[in-house]
Amino acid sequence: MFFQQDVETMSRKDLEDLQLRKLKYMVEYCYNRVPFYHDRLGKAGITSGDKIKTLSDIQYIPYTTKDDIRDQYPFGLLAVPMKEIVRIHASSGTTGKPTVGCYTKEDLDMWSDVVARLAIAAGARPEDIFQIAFGYGLFTGALGLHYGLEKVGCTIVPASSGNTAKQLMMFRDFGVTGLVATPSYALYLGECLREEGYPREAYSLRLGLLGSEGCTPEMRSRIEESLGLVATDNYGMTELIGPGVSGECHLRCGMHFAEDHFLPEIINRETGERAEEGESGELVVTTLDRWGMPVLRYRTKDITKITYEPCACGRTHARMAKPMGRTDDMLIIKGVNVFPSQIESALVGMEGIGPHYQLVVRRRNFMDQLEVKVELVSSELLESYGALEILRGRVHDKLKSVLGLETKVTLVEPKSLERFQGKARRVLDLRNQPEE
Amino acid sequence: MVQQISIFVENKLGRVAEITETLAEQKVDIRAISISDTSDFGILRIIVDRPAEAAAFLKEAGYTVSLTDVIAVGIQDTPGEFAKAMRILADAGVAVEYMYAFVSREYGKASVILRVSDPEKASQVLEGSGVEILEPQAIYEM
Repeated sequence: MFFQQDVETMSRKDLEDLQLRKLKYMVEYCYNRVPFYHDRLGKAGITSGDKIKTLSDIQYIPYTTKDDIRDQYPFGLLAVPMKEIVRIHASSGTTGKPTVGCYTKEDLDMWSDVVARLAIAAGARPEDIFQIAFGYGLFTGALGLHYGLEKVGCTIVPASSGNTAKQLMMFRDFGVTGLVATPSYALYLGECLREEGYPREAYSLRLGLLGSEGCTPEMRSRIEESLGLVATDNYGMTELIGPGVSGECHLRCGMHFAEDHFLPEIINRETGERAEEGESGELVVTTLDRWGMPVLRYRTKDITKITYEPCACGRTHARMAKPMGRTDDMLIIKGVNVFPSQIESALVGMEGIGPHYQLVVRRRNFMDQLEVKVELVSSELLESYGALEILRGRVHDKLKSVLGLETKVTLVEPKSLERFQGKARRVLDLRNQPEE
Repeated sequence: MVQQISIFVENKLGRVAEITETLAEQKVDIRAISISDTSDFGILRIIVDRPAEAAAFLKEAGYTVSLTDVIAVGIQDTPGEFAKAMRILADAGVAVEYMYAFVSREYGKASVILRVSDPEKASQVLEGSGVEILEPQAIYEM
């Protein structure tokens, strides 16, 4: 089933023609309406849409970075008068000022279209009852999924995040079939559901739309197993619109871009040059018809790769791989690039320990030290220190083989690591703190 | 067999106080206690009056807990008595993994809690040589 079959399955040739037409228009639109882009494009000699002759001419357009967007806080990138803006969202802003997104009526309509597309591609149907356990508010996740699923015709339970007992109660009492949550919260809900001891038949959950943070395949299967659903990933960010930029279909072999609205590229993150097809690098996205706050060649900091092979589901739009990490959550430890997602993959599924973890990076005697805290869940090992040391050794060796790094593994009590209801914050970097 | 409770303890200030407070709230009486530690964690081992219940309380409070069979022997307070018991086990090829002892005024003897490689065999050989094996109930009610 499709939401907009004609667009979702159009030939690559027609799609690229459409993208080129939209790109030309968008370049001119930005040049004429946004002083920041007028300046940038002018310097690059792109003073009208006609300067863009082919899609690959996009490479002459300068990148827009997170810092650029921050410098234009809050409304510097607006392309329309404020009276045409009908909604403002903002990112969590854990570092400095939040990133603001402003939407016209048409933007909201396009946004709910792309979310509806990914929801249907994932398997959502009008008869589904979706509980949205993302925090409602400035964050784009909750309202983005809310209006997209509503457009599909689903019943929405706007639960917001938190109050886990009530979440479980509504699952049962309302016969909820779909869950929208961050992977970490879904994992936590699954744990709680197990503890409650209700039989699987008490729940009708069948589909999870997980997003707003990364999720390894191992973590996903654990979520699926504990909640009894099939989970798909989707992708997006406030800078571009919110969730809906790409999402997995039910075949789960990459996230389909809404390529008629978001034009993706992969670049080498060090040199800034465009990568070869199929090569991994930083994802760069241009919004093709976001009127309130358009963004040209936004550097997402997400590391992924793209395939243009048509998918067996019939969709022709490009698919991106699950981001293997972000250039900014990448830790460099003793010169080795470490992505928390690698550590997560190594840990999930290991016997004796739970799926939650925390990473602490410190400097000891001017050397980086990575401590990995994991929860001991198996009580059978309490017979002897030897058994616990063997477990610790196994975790250490697995991490060593995955990361190529020595780590200090610490066993902690079950449920003692923080559970996250929104985006998980699992890395504590203390390297610029005085040594203990 | 006497049931011993083992509890995983993170090396954090006040952790043992919290655990024993949990037991106190449930009016659990501790007979014997032993703890050893590495740099970041320890295993607390205790003998209490109601082991199964106490283990359930602790689990509910979120601790990693296990119940283990141990044997308790009564040793006369005379030089060489304990050595005799150890010799019997060694000769029978039973290894001692860990042990701890306590004294009860009423009982008059020292009670030694032993975790051994083969509890059945240990009880057999010790009893056969006249070493007193304490019944679980005797320890719980001591």
